[in-house]
Amino acid sequence: MKFSVIIDALPYLLQAAVTTVWVSLLGMLLGQVIGVLVCVARQSGSRAADMAGGVYVSFFRGVPLLIQLLLIYYMLPLVGIDVPPLVASVAALGLASGAYVSEIYRGSLNAVPHGQAEAALALGFPGTTIWSRILLPQAFRISVPALINELILLLKASSLISVVGVAELTRTSQTISASNYRPLEIYLAAGVIYLAINGVLALFGTAVERRLQRG
Amino acid sequence: MLDTSLIIQYGPSLLRGFGVTILCWAAGCAIGMTLGFVLMLLRQVPLRPLRWLIRAYVEVIRGTPFLIQLFLLYNGGPSIGLRLEATTAGILGLGLYGSAYFAEIFRAGYQAVPKGQVEAALSLGMSYGAILRRVIVPAMLVSTIPAIVNMMAILTKETVVLSIITVPELMYEMQTMAAETFATFETILGMALFYWLLVEVTSRLGRRLEARVTRFLTHSSTPTPSTRTSTARA
Repeated sequence: MKFSVIIDALPYLLQAAVTTVWVSLLGMLLGQVIGVLVCVARQSGSRAADMAGGVYVSFFRGVPLLIQLLLIYYMLPLVGIDVPPLVASVAALGLASGAYVSEIYRGSLNAVPHGQAEAALALGFPGTTIWSRILLPQAFRISVPALINELILLLKASSLISVVGVAELTRTSQTISASNYRPLEIYLAAGVIYLAINGVLALFGTAVERRLQRG
Repeated sequence: MLDTSLIIQYGPSLLRGFGVTILCWAAGCAIGMTLGFVLMLLRQVPLRPLRWLIRAYVEVIRGTPFLIQLFLLYNGGPSIGLRLEATTAGILGLGLYGSAYFAEIFRAGYQAVPKGQVEAALSLGMSYGAILRRVIVPAMLVSTIPAIVNMMAILTKETVVLSIITVPELMYEMQTMAAETFATFETILGMALFYWLLVEVTSRLGRRLEARVTRFLTHSSTPTPSTRTSTARA
């Protein structure tokens, strides 16, 4: 073990960690949009939309992320869209995350007691108001812990995009350890950085949860 | 579009790769569950430092990407004299990774066993070993089966990551084929459909097993442990 190696590599690793965080956040953002769309499709009452949403969720939860990533990476140029690896990676993370997020939303919506929507209806609330003032705020509050958990999972999963050459934390660790022949130290450092980011996210999650509970 | 000569040429290597995938998965699950169970038991020992150590182990494994763990084991191992073949490192990595999640699943299951049952067994004069074997483990298995099945499905997907450290499993053989035939997209699409089917079939089988094992529970009288611990992802 030589710790000076870690200190030398630290600036590069931290810079790469920023990329990791960005890619994960963008993936999460895309995942939110897709998640909402899929969730709405499955709740819309149309059988075709429900089935399409179901197939989507089943596919993106059933196929390993690495294969999804390669699929998107090689498919986009085939249909004439030439994108940099970074964009393909965000797309892959977002598509996969969307499947999980839609299930989180579905579960949270189901967790809001039925009687509340019925009571609002009985009081003469219009449909959009029921959604915007009663169902969604509560569903969001319920979904927060699961969403933070999802972000942590996504952050860990983002290590896989090193395979298509995005210079995030894992890829940069590979590059550095290939040049200084100190894989043990470098990967340990990378692991600690991942752990630290996830720890911060978990703390942030508890803080948000507590804040929301106060109402 | 489908070239039969390709099947003849690459069929054997894909089949062999699938064998390696199954081997890694089965061995990884076995190691993970065994180690996870031992960790859960050790966590019950009233010894603070030991508990902290296990908790730290679980948190570190669950807080870092599987790929980084594999690199540490396979590439970093030789620095401390741990020279492993790719497949061995892959199996060990999968087992260690799984063990942290299984330990949490088992812990939740252990806590869900009603205290009264253990006390009743104690008052009947059963030894701790007998209580564990006859009271705790059976109850634990029933309440944790959904989480165990879920974790095993997750490990199926994680085997794909082993291709990155050159374990010659299905994904690796597929990538070799894709590189040699230039039919990259078709191969990956085929692989995606194959894994989709595999995971769907295994989780369906798992649900049937679950229904069989829990069939005597007409109403869920056993509190199910939180599944939040088991939502890892490949």
